[in-house]
Amino acid sequence: MNSTPMRLAATTAVLLLGLAGCASKPLSKAGPEDSASSLKPASKRNPAPGFTLKDVDGKPVTLADFKGKVVLLNFWATWCGPCKIEIPWFKDFQKTYKDQGFTVIGVALDDEGWEVVKPYITDKQVNYPVVIGTPEVEQLYGSVEALPTTFIIDRDGKIASVHVGLVGKKDYENEIQQLLQ
Amino acid sequence: MKSSNFFSRAAAALLCASAFAQAPGVLTVPEPAKLIVKRTENPTYSLKVTIRPGYHANSNTPSEPYLIPFKLTWESGGPLEAVEVAYPKPKLEKYEFADKPLSVFDGDFEIVTRFKRAANPQLGPAYLAGKLRYQACNDKMCLPPKTVEVKLPVLMQ
Repeated sequence: MNSTPMRLAATTAVLLLGLAGCASKPLSKAGPEDSASSLKPASKRNPAPGFTLKDVDGKPVTLADFKGKVVLLNFWATWCGPCKIEIPWFKDFQKTYKDQGFTVIGVALDDEGWEVVKPYITDKQVNYPVVIGTPEVEQLYGSVEALPTTFIIDRDGKIASVHVGLVGKKDYENEIQQLLQ
Repeated sequence: MKSSNFFSRAAAALLCASAFAQAPGVLTVPEPAKLIVKRTENPTYSLKVTIRPGYHANSNTPSEPYLIPFKLTWESGGPLEAVEVAYPKPKLEKYEFADKPLSVFDGDFEIVTRFKRAANPQLGPAYLAGKLRYQACNDKMCLPPKTVEVKLPVLMQ
């Protein structure tokens, strides 16, 4: 039996429902010029688009659940060399700042999904939530054109900075510390 | 790509523009010139490729298993069948994000395909369809994997 049209229709319906339920406004495109950006003034920050994605255990991870915390939202993939430099830093941040109201959320963009992501995060003992990204979430975040792309979100759920490409560990840490104060 | 993911992505594409768009112009392939294939000839074709300065693509034999290889494939069933695809010798380059040098292509290079004439090919004009799959990075960031469609005009004599 050829179930392709039914599967496509079902998937489309699910996505339509998902998008209909998401009132978030897409962000403008983040480009390489954002690489060295520092924290935006609070008055110029846009709300981080909401999403719910599943973690490796199938549990939903909802951005809104982290309101009141500083969130480092990192788009990455296992085929991305520069992304792999940053992951040990993010583990350190998670360990150091978790109790102060901070979390990292990793959004993996591998087409193969958990098949490749799960072994990697298990091997690297990643200590923060990791989810598999979807095209609609990428779209909400302004078309993720390059990896790594990282959004630092303040306690009010607003985007305080965007980094496209490999950034220094100290740059991230300075921003996290400022937002945690 | 897993089919479930394919369907999700295909469906999402109906709703919105591609979310994970490749920055334009990192890799360019000029429009191929017509390949004239003389009677009984088994031709070769050189596909010219240019990668924007500052960027590289993983070679066809990447240094690490997690890296996505450069790959040119041709559809079968046409007047010509691809017998061998020969890539240039890759460069070994060291980047800030990798411990070891990586096997990459950059700049201008050519990929040479050796074709075999089909047993009883239809004579006259035709097209061969190829796909060039690659994944590019610079020393700070990576772009998503991309497939470039190659349409090679041929004239079978």
